[in-house]
Amino acid sequence: MTPMLDEQIHPLARRIAHWVMALSILVMIGSGWRIYNASPIFDFRFPEWLTLGGDVEMALARHGDPGVATAIAWHFAAMWLLAASYIVFMLWGILSGHFWCDFLPVGPRSVARDMVAALTFRLEHRLGEYNAVQKAAYLGALTVVAVMIVSGVAVWKPVQSYPLEVLFGGFQGARLVHFVGMAGIVLFLFVHVALTLLVPRTLLAMVVGRATAPRHAAVSEDAR
Amino acid sequence: MTLARRGLVRGGLSLGALTLLAGCDLSDHDEVQSVLAKFSAWNDKVQAALFGQQRLAPTFPEAMAVKDFRYNAWYGPEKAPRLNPADYRLQLAGRIDNKKPWTVDELYALPQTSQITRHVCVEGWSMIGKWSGTPLRTFLERIGADTTARYVGFECADGYYEGIDMPTALHPQTLMAFRLSDDILPAKYGYPFKVRIPTKLGFKNPKFVTAIYVTDRQPRGYWTDRGYNWFSGI
Repeated sequence: MTPMLDEQIHPLARRIAHWVMALSILVMIGSGWRIYNASPIFDFRFPEWLTLGGDVEMALARHGDPGVATAIAWHFAAMWLLAASYIVFMLWGILSGHFWCDFLPVGPRSVARDMVAALTFRLEHRLGEYNAVQKAAYLGALTVVAVMIVSGVAVWKPVQSYPLEVLFGGFQGARLVHFVGMAGIVLFLFVHVALTLLVPRTLLAMVVGRATAPRHAAVSEDAR
Repeated sequence: MTLARRGLVRGGLSLGALTLLAGCDLSDHDEVQSVLAKFSAWNDKVQAALFGQQRLAPTFPEAMAVKDFRYNAWYGPEKAPRLNPADYRLQLAGRIDNKKPWTVDELYALPQTSQITRHVCVEGWSMIGKWSGTPLRTFLERIGADTTARYVGFECADGYYEGIDMPTALHPQTLMAFRLSDDILPAKYGYPFKVRIPTKLGFKNPKFVTAIYVTDRQPRGYWTDRGYNWFSGI
């Protein structure tokens, strides 16, 4: 008799959309930080070495511009990749039933219960099945990406899409929302990457498409 | 070592490795720059399609107009060119019927209108100001410019140069602005006039304009030559 296996499967379309989205989000964050530095909203700047846009001193010497031009070029190129991969990911997730089966239902009570369990290291990870905190985090991150796209359009086109700006309480409001959304996504990325590394088989599934683990053993196997 | 602690250490190390990614910034490679330039050219087309020729930039109450407007250039205000009205002449070139140069007095005698609009800088800051002057469209019609041409270009006294698409040049809010906050444009803001375009980023609003030309060939721009997007509409 074969042992019971937990299984996680990611179809090719989902994997491609996931990794293109991941790459474009990293480019958006890195270039966005360089753009932010040109006119900070708050009393701090991001360290230049963490930002995307090339060698600052060289750009200043050649152009009199600290690489903001290149950062903007990155930002407005990666936005197309992000929008395209996001649409594919969402459409696929909704039409294939993936979101309905795996992300729902989720409510505040189950999130609170699983959050407490996770923070006290008592939450079991079962490959292919999401706990309430994961469900909430994924739904939240996907919602924030949508907010980033909409607020990004409001900042990019404050005349052509003026009603959007009004929705965010003005141009500066849209910039602020765009910044706060970025912070939310960065926070999600840290948790997402850290948890993936805690259970590396999930990464395997997102790369090759399928991973298995003995039932309920994904965590304890690592602990041995 | 417990699983949790081991996981956190591993996670921490990996996040450290992730930040090293920042070290492999490919921005300065020619191939990367050329790909980014292609995206930028594509974005020019998208923006031209999004541009509504009759869609107006938002206007604001007079009380919101900033009197002490922010000075912005790559040099300090003391170095701004001070043009003498006695020998200033606006030169005209390209697809224009009447290329007679214009004096400041002739320009300032043109019909005028005012607008309280928002200047949006590519860096992210914005400021509302009151500008008054002649719609560029009125001037182009007056000089017999061929408005079926694709672009209008500008040369400036400080070595700056810019150019815009014809739909933007004909937009009702695109002004040859002679006044800021009801005062004749001070030297540092571009005397005798700046082209005020509330549907474009600030750097597409050239100051101290000394020549205007009409052409089918896309004019270069000072900052677009330095990597910024050409259309730069907002």
